[in-house]
Amino acid sequence: MWIYEKKLEYPVRVSGCDPRMAQYVMTQLGGPDGELSAAIRYLNQRYKMPTGKSKALLTDIGTEEMAHVEMIQTMIYKLTKDASIEEIKENDMGAYYAIRDKAIYPADSTGNPWTAAYIQSIGDVKADLYEDLAAEQKARAVYENLLKLTDDPLLKDSLNFLRERELVHFKRFGEALRDVEEYSQCKKHY
Amino acid sequence: MNKERLKMLLKLQEVEFACIELNLYLDTHPQDQMALMKYNTCAYQLDVLKKQYECMYGPILNFGFSQSQYPFQWIEDPWPWEIEY
Ligand SMILES: [Fe+2]
Repeated sequence: MWIYEKKLEYPVRVSGCDPRMAQYVMTQLGGPDGELSAAIRYLNQRYKMPTGKSKALLTDIGTEEMAHVEMIQTMIYKLTKDASIEEIKENDMGAYYAIRDKAIYPADSTGNPWTAAYIQSIGDVKADLYEDLAAEQKARAVYENLLKLTDDPLLKDSLNFLRERELVHFKRFGEALRDVEEYSQCKKHY
Repeated sequence: MNKERLKMLLKLQEVEFACIELNLYLDTHPQDQMALMKYNTCAYQLDVLKKQYECMYGPILNFGFSQSQYPFQWIEDPWPWEIEY
């Protein structure tokens, strides 16, 4: 069961409208290493996890990733809501606007729609956790790219928060991997 | 959103973030007593702050986790993406 909390995990602020940056940021909504991929990945993988620690961690990080999906959606919303048609055309958002106005849609920054093919859940828990470690590193790298693409200090603050979360998740997944490895060692002994 | 409300919201976000961080840590360190004590303290603080905030500005949780005054306040603006910090 999930319930909704009517607040963001961390404030999302922008200095003004910037449809071009909105398109770039979109990749963390519906791109391969985006927050939606992360949430769906962990919340499906958790069913095969063998230990209390790993089941709890995938549930909790998967849930936090949903809060990050909401933060990215809010960034896109705020970066586009006041944009005029002229600004949309000048900032290469016309192709997007033609399809869906300024609606939020999970696609990457070049328009490819989100697909479950971005993630894996193969039931070998060590392999799954290695994928999760890699996913957190890739997401961190994407945030670093996005930070280079904007000078907006307010937007940077929110992007930095999300970048730091990837580092914490990476650390926790490493600990879960060691726990699962110990568990499989113990099982072999008996 | 008025200054007083914004201040409360930011405080709420801060304390809840501490809970999230401690929760993830405890998932892989369930025997760290100090961390667990901090978690319980933060959880208590969060509970108090949420009740204060909801009393002034209406429910922030759906599905029966918060009560509402008449008329149903859940539907009131602003939604999280509409808040100007
Ligand atoms: Fe993450």
